[in-house]
Amino acid sequence: MAQPTAAADVVIETRGLAKQYRGTLAVDGIDLRVPRGSVFGFLGPNGSGKTTTIRMLMGLIAPTAGTARVLDRPMPRAARAVLPRVGALIEGPALYGFLSGRDNLVRYDSADPTADPRTRAARVDAALDRVGLAAASGKKAKAYSLGMKQRLGLAAALLQPRELLVLDEPTNGLDPQGMREIRALVRELAADGTTVFLSSHLLDEIEQVCTHAAVMARGRLITQGPVEELAAGTHGRLAVTGPDPAEARRVLAGFGVTGLTADGDRVTGDLPADPAAVPDLAEINAALVAAGVRVRGFGRERASLEDAFVALTGEGFDVAG
Amino acid sequence: MSRAEPAAGRREQPATVETQDHATGPEARPAAGAARPPRWHWTLGLFRSELVTVFRRRRTMALCAVLAGVPLLVGVAVRIETRGGGSVGGGGRGDAGPAFIEQVSNNGLFLTFAGLAATLPFFLPMAVGVVAGDAVAGEAGGGTLRYLLVAPAGRSRLLLAKYASVLVFCLAATLVAAVSALIVGFALFPVGDVTTLSGTSIPLSEGMLRALLIALLVAASLVGIAALGLFVSTVTDSGIGAMATTVGLLITVQIVDNIPQLHAVQPYLFTHYWLSFADILRDPVTWTAIGRNLGLQALYAAVFGSAAWARFTSRDITA
Repeated sequence: MAQPTAAADVVIETRGLAKQYRGTLAVDGIDLRVPRGSVFGFLGPNGSGKTTTIRMLMGLIAPTAGTARVLDRPMPRAARAVLPRVGALIEGPALYGFLSGRDNLVRYDSADPTADPRTRAARVDAALDRVGLAAASGKKAKAYSLGMKQRLGLAAALLQPRELLVLDEPTNGLDPQGMREIRALVRELAADGTTVFLSSHLLDEIEQVCTHAAVMARGRLITQGPVEELAAGTHGRLAVTGPDPAEARRVLAGFGVTGLTADGDRVTGDLPADPAAVPDLAEINAALVAAGVRVRGFGRERASLEDAFVALTGEGFDVAG
Repeated sequence: MSRAEPAAGRREQPATVETQDHATGPEARPAAGAARPPRWHWTLGLFRSELVTVFRRRRTMALCAVLAGVPLLVGVAVRIETRGGGSVGGGGRGDAGPAFIEQVSNNGLFLTFAGLAATLPFFLPMAVGVVAGDAVAGEAGGGTLRYLLVAPAGRSRLLLAKYASVLVFCLAATLVAAVSALIVGFALFPVGDVTTLSGTSIPLSEGMLRALLIALLVAASLVGIAALGLFVSTVTDSGIGAMATTVGLLITVQIVDNIPQLHAVQPYLFTHYWLSFADILRDPVTWTAIGRNLGLQALYAAVFGSAAWARFTSRDITA
C-alpha cells in the first residue's frame, strides 16, 4: 500500500493545510492523503484539530495556509461541483425541531441544486429506510432521541449516492446497539465502493472498521497509513502462558526474543525487528514442548492502535489538547 | 458518464466507475446529455423550502396573529367609541399625517388605512426584523446552516433565497394586516364612496384599488429593514441577538426620526418616508414622497444586501 498512487486514487489530499484562530494554530500544516475506497479513520483527542480540518475540507472555513483537494478538485473553490458527491455529518446532527424527520430531509435535499425535485420523495424514503427511521419519519424532530437525531443526520448524508462520506464522530450519543448498527452501515457503504472518512476519538471504533487511519494531536498530523502498518509500528509481542515461566524465558531468549518480562505465569517478549531474523513460531512452540515447558497459551499479540498512539505521542490518549 | 443513469437508477451508481481514465471527471458531467444535469428551475426548490421553513414556524404564525389583531382592536375600539352618535371626521387633516381613524366610523374601508398606519411604525417592521434577523443567524445557531452549505446550497444562492423569502414575508405580513382590517371594517362599519384627503370623492371600487396599492407600498417600505436585518443576521451566530439588534436599530431610527434637532440626517433614515403612502389618497395622487421612499428602500437594500453578501460569502462557518 505504500507505493505511490495516481491522483485519481486519492479522494482527499491536503498540502500544508493550516488554520489559525486568533493566534492559536488549530491545524498546523497537515498533509493528509485519503485513498479512494478506504475506510479512513481520523483519530485524535478532542481539540486536536479534527473538526477544523473537516470544516476546511467541506469549504465551511477558509484555510489560513495550504491547499485542500477533495475528489480531485480544489476546495473551497469547487464546492459546488464537489459537495453534491459528498455526504457529511459534521459535529453531530442539526435539525429543524419544528419539522418532522421527513421534512428535515426534504429541506436538506432541496438545498442541493443537483437534486431532481421529481424524485425527491423517493430519495427521502430510501434514506429514511436505510437508517431505520421510516416508522418515526412523521414525528417532529424535536421529539427524537439523540440516537434518532444522529440517524437522521446520517440519512441526510445518504440522500444521494456519494463517492465520499465524511462522518465526524458518527457514534456520539449512541448506545452500543446503535454503534454496532453504524459500524455495519459503514462497512456496507464501503463495500459499495464509497470512501468513508470517519473521525473519532474512540480507538476501538477506528480499529474495528477502518482500513486506513491518520492520527492528529495538537493540530499536527502525527502519522497516517494502513491500520496494520500503524499498529505494526509498535511490534507485536510474543506471549507464552504456563506454569513454568522461568523455563519459558530461557527457551525464548535462545530464539533471540528480547525485552522479556514475566508477569506471574505469563512471559512476553519482542520478536527481532529484522523480518529475516524472526523465527518460525511453530519452531519456538516445538522447542518449548521439547524443553518440557508446560504451555497453556502461546501466540503473538497484535499491537493495538492505542499502543501505536501512545508510542507516537508518548502520552495517554484521553488528554484534551 | 457516471451521471448517465435515469434518476430512479441513481442509487446504484457505483463510485468505482469514477476511477476510469477521465481525470477531469466532474467536468464531464454537464456534457452527459442523457443524464439529468441540474436544471435552472431546480434551484427554486431552495426558495420554496425557505418559504415553508419561515411560514411553518410557530413564531411566524404568532407574528401574523398580532398583525391581524391590531386592526381588529382598532376597529372594535372605534366602534365602541362611536356607539352613541359617532363623531364625523372632517375629511383630511392636512399634512400632519394620516388620521384615518376619524373616518373609520363613516367608511369601513378607512380601517384598512388606519390599520396599516397603526402597524407600519412598529408592529410590521418588528415582525420583519424578527424574521430577517433570524434568517441566517438562527440557522447558524441551530447548526443547520453547515448542513445547508454542504448540501451544497451555495452561499450566494442561500442568501438570495433567504432575502427573497423575507421579502415574501414582508408582503404576506402587510396583507394579513390589510385583509384583517378590510374584513373588520366591512363587518363593523358602513361602506361607501371614499372621500380623499383632497376632499374629492372616488367610488368604492377605486378606493379598494388604492387600498391594494397602499398595501403594496407598505410592503415595499419594509424592504430596507429586511436587508438591514439580513445583514445583522450574517454577523452573529445568535438568532435572538440578531433579532434584538434589528428591532433595537428600528427603535433607535424611529427615535432619531422624531428629534427635530437631527433633521439633517432624517431624510436618510429608512423610516422617514414610511407614511408617504397616505399620498395615494390624494386626488390627484402626489408621487414625490412615495418615490423618495421607494428610492431610499432600494438604496438600503443595495447597501445592506451587498454588505450581507460580502460578509456571508467570506465568513468561516464555525457553528
